[in-house]
Amino acid sequence: MKKLMNIEPSRSLKGFLAILPFVVILMLYWTASNDRLAENPYDKLLPSFTQISDAVDRMAFTEDKRSGEYLFWVDTGASLYRICIGIGISAAVGLLFGMLSGLLPIFRSGFSPLITIVSLIPPMAILPILFISFGLGELAKVMLIIIGTAPVIIRDIQSHVRQLPSEILIKAQTLGASTWLVAIRVVLPQIMPRLIAAVRLSLGTAWLFLIAAEAIAAQEGLGYRIFLVRRYMSMDVILPYVLWITALAFAMDFSLRKMSELCFPWYHHQEAGK
Amino acid sequence: MSLLKIDNVWKSYGEVQILERLNLNVEEGEFVSMVGASGCGKTTLLKMILGSEEATKGQILLNDKPIAPEPNEERGIVFQKYSVFPHLSVLQNVMIADEFSASSFLGRTFGKQKKQIKQKALEFIQAVGLGHATDKYPHQLSGGMQQRLAIAQALMKSPKILLLDEPFGALDPGIRKDMHQLIRKVWKENKLTIFMVTHDIQEGFELGSRLWVFDKVRHDPQAPTAYGAQITYDLKLNDSKKQLEGQAIAEKFSQKVVNS
Repeated sequence: MKKLMNIEPSRSLKGFLAILPFVVILMLYWTASNDRLAENPYDKLLPSFTQISDAVDRMAFTEDKRSGEYLFWVDTGASLYRICIGIGISAAVGLLFGMLSGLLPIFRSGFSPLITIVSLIPPMAILPILFISFGLGELAKVMLIIIGTAPVIIRDIQSHVRQLPSEILIKAQTLGASTWLVAIRVVLPQIMPRLIAAVRLSLGTAWLFLIAAEAIAAQEGLGYRIFLVRRYMSMDVILPYVLWITALAFAMDFSLRKMSELCFPWYHHQEAGK
Repeated sequence: MSLLKIDNVWKSYGEVQILERLNLNVEEGEFVSMVGASGCGKTTLLKMILGSEEATKGQILLNDKPIAPEPNEERGIVFQKYSVFPHLSVLQNVMIADEFSASSFLGRTFGKQKKQIKQKALEFIQAVGLGHATDKYPHQLSGGMQQRLAIAQALMKSPKILLLDEPFGALDPGIRKDMHQLIRKVWKENKLTIFMVTHDIQEGFELGSRLWVFDKVRHDPQAPTAYGAQITYDLKLNDSKKQLEGQAIAEKFSQKVVNS
């Protein structure tokens, strides 16, 4: 008998083990929900699957009586728009300042202490400042995502630029490259896959700030809807919304990973070889 | 007039004296091998010639002018590892050398100019024996092939000086022999002046036309870092008689290293 740490499950067993916890959770939910509803048909805490699918049908596939819109899709569109703009600007800012400060000691000296301090400010604490200065519109919510994620991306990129072997940078100089050419032809392509990795890691934070901002001030959005229906204890709406947010987050993460593997195969081979 | 003149160079890091009183002249076309125990400062001297380190005292002159205090096109380098760009194919790795100088804003070339650079790059790739692997990425190459690529890259700029920092240290003995042949060929054909740091005394003898042995002459038992290393032997290896003489000294030297 091998030691436990050396036992590798077979392919099919792996698949089974991966699905198992999900099935168990669903079963547990189903029994608990049935039990509660048998006792009190008006119980709202654990709605049955029928009630949930009714709610999904009402939110996603029926026009809202008041506004004539399909609320689920309006919410999804608004939230995706905010998070994409927010994380996109964060990535651009992170790349620019991360590279400047990783590559240029003179820039780093002035900038690095500042960004270290700024990244320690809890973004939620300055949310009121954002609402006061940028109003309750889109800008404040996008700014919250940027302020929450950009400093982390900047610091991550900065440290990765500095971790590039100095041999590579010296070699480029002996081949006649200026600072600018080293930046765009040597550092930038090598840092891009790491930027994607940094964005993937910040996605969770970005969703957190998005939902927080929507909960406080918005007219539409996934986070707004969840907090709105909370007043009526509408678990049948909240649960599918949460699942949908999870699915969106997973899809974004997955597509970023695939994009990175497609565009930078050399990086993933290198990492796998380590 | 010598190509490179090392004029009373001293180097220390804080309290630690690494090198002292180096006075050397190197003519064009010499192949200098540098050997010595670890930490004796041979790589430090190489870095000072490269420009990534500066001398604490004294100066290094290239063609009678102080050498540039940062790496540039005059001096090519091949490190033990990390010498090639992992995100570029073999061909792109070599072409980038000329693309840097051809296009100072984009660092890329197009059309006819690109064709010319590609032609030149392919010649050097052939010369180092990588003709069959032009589209491969460095992670797909063996250690020896990566070093060949690094040499081809450096040759693109036809540098006055080629610096080799333990270039074959991580390679298998058989591949090492092939690389020795290659570097000798490259040295002769391109009329290079080469400085090579090596741990392998035998390698130093076989390859170089001149051998520098680094060692500490002065010792202070109470303060082992107070004195730096000097070049204790400066041997010309041009003819076979001198080769033999050198071998004898080398054997003595290697015994000393073993004993100490």
